[in-house]
Amino acid sequence: MVKITIKKWIKNILLYGFLLLLVVITLIPFYLITVNATHSSFEIVTQLNLLPGKYLMENYRKLQSYVNIWSGFFNSLLISVVFMAGSGYFGALVAFGFEKYQFKGKKFLYALLLASMMIPSQVSMIGFYRLGLKLGLVNKLITFMIPFFAPGVSSVSTIFFLRGMISQGVSTSLLEAARMEGCSEFGIFNRIVFPCIMPGVATMCIFNFVNSWNNYIGPLIMITDTKKYTMPILISLVKGIYLTNYGAMYLAVGISILVVVVVYLFCSKYIIDGLTMGAEK
Amino acid sequence: MRKKSINNRSRYGYWFILPFFISFIFLGLYPVIFTFFLSFQKWDGLAPEKFVAFANFKRLLTDKVFYLSIWNTLRIWLISFIPQMLMALLLSAIFTMCAVKGMKFFRAIFYLPNLLTAASVGLLFHLLFNGNKSVVNHILKAFHVSGAPFEFFNDPVFTSNLTSYIQWWMWFGYTMILVMAGITTIDRNLFDAAYIDGADRGQTFRKITLPLIRPTIVYIAITSIIGGMQLFDVPSTMSDGTGEPDKAILTVSMYLYNQGFKNHNYGYSAAVSVGLFVIICVMSLVSFKFMKGGEKEHG
Repeated sequence: MVKITIKKWIKNILLYGFLLLLVVITLIPFYLITVNATHSSFEIVTQLNLLPGKYLMENYRKLQSYVNIWSGFFNSLLISVVFMAGSGYFGALVAFGFEKYQFKGKKFLYALLLASMMIPSQVSMIGFYRLGLKLGLVNKLITFMIPFFAPGVSSVSTIFFLRGMISQGVSTSLLEAARMEGCSEFGIFNRIVFPCIMPGVATMCIFNFVNSWNNYIGPLIMITDTKKYTMPILISLVKGIYLTNYGAMYLAVGISILVVVVVYLFCSKYIIDGLTMGAEK
Repeated sequence: MRKKSINNRSRYGYWFILPFFISFIFLGLYPVIFTFFLSFQKWDGLAPEKFVAFANFKRLLTDKVFYLSIWNTLRIWLISFIPQMLMALLLSAIFTMCAVKGMKFFRAIFYLPNLLTAASVGLLFHLLFNGNKSVVNHILKAFHVSGAPFEFFNDPVFTSNLTSYIQWWMWFGYTMILVMAGITTIDRNLFDAAYIDGADRGQTFRKITLPLIRPTIVYIAITSIIGGMQLFDVPSTMSDGTGEPDKAILTVSMYLYNQGFKNHNYGYSAAVSVGLFVIICVMSLVSFKFMKGGEKEHG
């Protein structure tokens, strides 16, 4: 009896030890950002720092003295919020159109939609740039707000995901009843279908927001105007601007990932549930 | 009368799916077609395009740097994907078979790096490792590691493997969640039957779980290849876009970016894009066939 308990104990220690070790490996970079963003560049270069320092404000002042990091921050925020909202709303509308209406060529068009999810985004980068020059989309933030296909990010999977939700959660008889009451087709979508699948829309919105926020290659190619730089572009330039101001650079990295970490603190359940549901399909 | 109302309604179907197809035609399809078109031309971004037939592709087929970039991308992907998959299988075996307290906490932590801005992650690891006074060198010196400080970024093998490690760090949690989702779709009765027949946990995982989650694994492998072959952000910000040392982390995407937007050979850059597209198609097909073939052997 005692033997079994000891064996179980050892097993548990090994198991949780392994998991905790992985947690440490996962979190170490976050810890190092925090520590180094709060130390002066001199301290970073000359010694090993294990605890947060007192230079946060100093580093912030230094960071702001060269580039206004908040300009990149708000550009990123603007494109991500609009892209997220547009993809969420229109994604639901397209999913509704495919799920609840019968029309010619539906199968083919849906197959086309699924195939478009497989297009590697980098393959079309050069063509995007050429198209952008022709249509005057270069240096326009609006390019990144168009739902479904923005340079470097795609949100087509939103449609696929929401179509599944509509087929499971919105009954056709409910729609018929609304029609009897004289509700228009567009009204049915806005008043019945969209509120019904709101949790799914929210989940996809989180993903689309994060993907747009993290988009690097798209803005790198399409934006040359410094006022319109997004966060990842500023980050890639930080090394050239701040040279040896390491504290300021760590702080810039910290600010760029802060939004995502905060979003995750509040929505991790939705994110993981969304991933799981997407994978089960 | 009835037919007319259905016809009317199908018109709404077209209206509702229209937003997708507008975006698809202009921003999804057109750029891809235009890239193919541009790959037969010479264009420096200013002067009008000139048709050069297959000249770009002839150059591509003999371009050593192009082949090197394919090998780099493939190697970085493989060295991160195999440990990623093994770790995901191990963790999902632990989480689905042992009653781990705080499973949701662990799962949430492991997934977190996947959401980070890859460009920031590349810069972060550059800062942590670059130079003999870097944070990592201070840590190694504190542990009295012999040979420290190291000039990490002078070593091509180290730099390549560091890139793989970063990719592993960012993706093992994601892979784990997908594998776990695959496992939860398996009929619980199968496991109970196996236990009744006297199978232990290891046997059950190997003989029942693994074969049944094969479709999930195929899905992960294919999407991972498509993503991995396009690797850009991390190696780019880690090496200032150069892929140095010795072009060890110059990926295909970085090469096509540099050819186009640094050297202004947009036509050639488009040809590299087409090359990348072909490689991705072939590799997705191969992994699909490979997994299918494995299924037959087992069945």
